[in-house]
Amino acid sequence: MSKELIRLRNLCMAFDDDPVLNNINLYINDKEFLTLLGPSGCGKTTTLRIIGGFTTPTSGDVLFDGVRINDVPPYRRKINTVFQKYALFPHLNVFENIAFGLRMQRRSDSADPAGKKQVRIPESEIQERVMEMLEIISLKGFEHRKPDALSGGQQQRVAIARALVNRPKVLLLDEPLGALDLKLRKDMQIELKRIQQQVGITFIYVTHDQEEALTMSDTIVVMDKGSIQQIGTPEDIYNEPKNAFVADFIGESNIIDGLMVRDNLVQMYGKQFPCLDGGFADNEPVDVVIRPEDIDIVSVEQGQLAGTVTNVTFKGMQYDIIVDFRGFKWLIQTTDHCPVGARIGIKIDPDGIHVMKKSSYSGMFGDYSSFSEEYDELDDASIGSDEEERGDET
Amino acid sequence: MKRNNSAGNRIFMALVFVFLYAPILLLIVFSFNAGTSSSVWKGFSLDWYGKLFHNRIIMQSVYTTLLVSFLATIIATFAGTFAAIGFYAMRRRVREPLMTVNNIPMMNADIVTGVSLCLFFVAFFTFWGDFARWFNGVQSFIDLPVRLTMGFGTLLLAHITFNIPYIILSVGPKLRQMDKNLIDAAQDLGCTWMQAFWKVIIPEIKPGIVSGALTAFTMSIDDFVISYFTAGSSASTLAMTIYGMTKKRVSPQINAISTLLFITVLVLLAIVNIREARQERLRASRL
Repeated sequence: MSKELIRLRNLCMAFDDDPVLNNINLYINDKEFLTLLGPSGCGKTTTLRIIGGFTTPTSGDVLFDGVRINDVPPYRRKINTVFQKYALFPHLNVFENIAFGLRMQRRSDSADPAGKKQVRIPESEIQERVMEMLEIISLKGFEHRKPDALSGGQQQRVAIARALVNRPKVLLLDEPLGALDLKLRKDMQIELKRIQQQVGITFIYVTHDQEEALTMSDTIVVMDKGSIQQIGTPEDIYNEPKNAFVADFIGESNIIDGLMVRDNLVQMYGKQFPCLDGGFADNEPVDVVIRPEDIDIVSVEQGQLAGTVTNVTFKGMQYDIIVDFRGFKWLIQTTDHCPVGARIGIKIDPDGIHVMKKSSYSGMFGDYSSFSEEYDELDDASIGSDEEERGDET
Repeated sequence: MKRNNSAGNRIFMALVFVFLYAPILLLIVFSFNAGTSSSVWKGFSLDWYGKLFHNRIIMQSVYTTLLVSFLATIIATFAGTFAAIGFYAMRRRVREPLMTVNNIPMMNADIVTGVSLCLFFVAFFTFWGDFARWFNGVQSFIDLPVRLTMGFGTLLLAHITFNIPYIILSVGPKLRQMDKNLIDAAQDLGCTWMQAFWKVIIPEIKPGIVSGALTAFTMSIDDFVISYFTAGSSASTLAMTIYGMTKKRVSPQINAISTLLFITVLVLLAIVNIREARQERLRASRL
């Protein structure tokens, strides 16, 4: 996982003067599972389509193995794609769908010493390679079915096989699990990771589902409004978010205005909390992220802060409670039951506090005053598909 | 409430069908009549059908009709399919007004289409005559014909013209139903745009193309008004010949040939409708 395979350099894209990507710089290593994560319209699908060759960037370069490929058409790139809603060919059966790429291929004839003659892949080899793929996606015996006689999950796997049979160096996946139900999605996440490790190639995965990204990726690229917000491992992104947007988008976060008194000491609500962060100017205003699971509930006397419980939701494994601390509402996940209206104290360990520099996203996220509505929005986001950045339907 | 009205409804329905189909039924019945009367039944015979096939004028016009319908359908299908793909690639703001323009000729009265095409051809021939005289005057290698007249060529052009909108209307929805990513997917798997077109787009929209072609063929076969104004005096379609025959003494041959024309169109329409119903079912089962 060391060799660099793809590099995007100063990539910009605009549809009708409407900027979609701003100066994207990114490199992707060989055999890496990289996820482009962000809300609808953040530019992740456009980035993927540029790598696939379906869209030409307004400016900037795409390098593949060190060679500029901006003008190489998709059919000459060693990259294959799994499309949203699969895009299987409805008039071909499963076998012919998977064999499609192989039948299109021409390669130099091994019998021709000059190597100039281009020949088709022999039928016996096509047969063999398609059957091998059917084995990998566990759909043996389905080769004569038409795509519309398959379930969503099966179509999904055929789409993956159709791309992988060409032995690409990179597989692009555009929200491939978006149309599946929750249970199937979880199974397919594990299945995809297994396939990636089995074939040993680079996967570039686009999703708006943060949990999916955390589960599968080696590297996550968080995007918003056409710009990269943060690049890192899932642990980095979750534990050390760079700004309020990332903190809010990945998992649940309470984001509080604070003041960095000095290294390892941050002030919130006029009280000082020891923490493990440093490198800020003394008394610099900061955003403080506290994850709901890092908060201990104690008695009011023992607490660093005291607040009133305003809402309790039972979640099975824990309670989600909303606590009002002087008008700013926090989400706390706890196994203890606290009734609505109770006064409670809280304690936060130094490693439960994460301090971020102020950004343009400060003050936009992290308050749970509109708790229930926010949950509704999250549900909507997972249903709505990514109808972004096509430009032609404006 | 529905029940109360059902008897009245049925009577009304029956009346509608009687008015629609009684004349045609009468025509069909009398095409099998022995004797020349078109009001008194004299017994069953196939005489008129037999005579029909020995009538050179009728056979000639059947040949003209089939040829013009066939050629117009093929050419219009090609042109219309590519036009539909062009529309599909356009932005909505450009496409929608153009689609309205495309639909106007179908709504337009045939007689307006016919007369305007006729005027257009005449105007063009005048212009052509001037051009050819001038061209023949300045050089002597090529001798361009000075006088052009309406005939099979103009008839064919007219039929192509009024057929194209039907093809576009039939292919367009098939393109829009198609998953946009199919073309990308084909290119992703090694197709150039042209290969993607033949291997993926055409199979996907084929039902629309075939339905459109069948509709166009039906329209061509039974067109009278537009043909009448654009065929000139040298070519005559079946419908024109039948009209011509009614001007003289009404021969029961008209009944026979009209019956055949009616049945042909009926069969074609039935095929189109059955195909559409079947596709609709297929689409419903896919969702």
